[in-house]
Amino acid sequence: MVERVRVRSDMPPGHIRTPAYLRGKTGLIERRLGPFPNPEQLAYRQPATPLALLRVRFTMAEIWGAAAETPTDTLEAEIYAHWLEPA
Amino acid sequence: MPHDHHDHLSPSGHPFRADDDVPLSYWQTMEIAVRELLIAKGVTTAREIASQIEAMDARSPANGAAVVARMWSDPAFCAQMRVDASAATREMGFDVGPMKLIAVENTADLHNVIVCTLCSCYPRNLLGLPPDWYKSRAYRSRTVREPRRVLAEFGVTLPDGVEIRVHDSTADMRYIVIPARPAGTENWSEDALAALVTRDSMIGTGLPKSPEGG
Repeated sequence: MVERVRVRSDMPPGHIRTPAYLRGKTGLIERRLGPFPNPEQLAYRQPATPLALLRVRFTMAEIWGAAAETPTDTLEAEIYAHWLEPA
Repeated sequence: MPHDHHDHLSPSGHPFRADDDVPLSYWQTMEIAVRELLIAKGVTTAREIASQIEAMDARSPANGAAVVARMWSDPAFCAQMRVDASAATREMGFDVGPMKLIAVENTADLHNVIVCTLCSCYPRNLLGLPPDWYKSRAYRSRTVREPRRVLAEFGVTLPDGVEIRVHDSTADMRYIVIPARPAGTENWSEDALAALVTRDSMIGTGLPKSPEGG
């Protein structure tokens, strides 16, 4: 059961572990990890909510569009659940 | 006049490197002040700090090479690594700490490479301190965008049929690449296999040494 997700395209200030180049991009969940404390709260010594962490696989074509070096190559990154929406 | 470019070269022909006798930065001063206070107040000791630094320096890519060689040799360990690499390597004495380890395996049609675009996350328990280039903006920004060109600069040129998979180490996971076992190493001991495993082959920017000694 492969699930398709989109990374939120927000640009909030703060300590964000979601790389900017992946925001707004769609990928497939590779595996589910965690829960881990939310680093956006941890970084400011606030009580941190435990969050699921998902490894999401993107194609280079999805990330870079026509500028992709090899469109079928892939990239995987860990994205916290609150940064993902169904796609 | 004799003041030509030879004045700037050492007897070995390399340029002299300027001494770094510049004032301490704000954060260097802060680090020294905090360290001295922690010692003065008895929170820690100079001995504890020194032994922690020694422990950090003692970790080397030999740890990772032992893990790779065991994965190549021991199917039960290999299966354990796929389920829980943190636990499997901890049993070998290489504790990943509060992070989790994922081993990504290269095959005939898949080549993995590790980068941390946000900072410099690195499996230090298995590979020691990261090389300077791993922390450079060039490596971090280019590896996600043009991995084939980056790998070619490291001397690794992969056929078009091989998929490259870049792992951006963005959060709580740490990654080690398990290179494919070189052909011609059947019946080799784990120690002999480990000697073929280079640091870069476990980052994905290199390949293991050839068994013929190439």
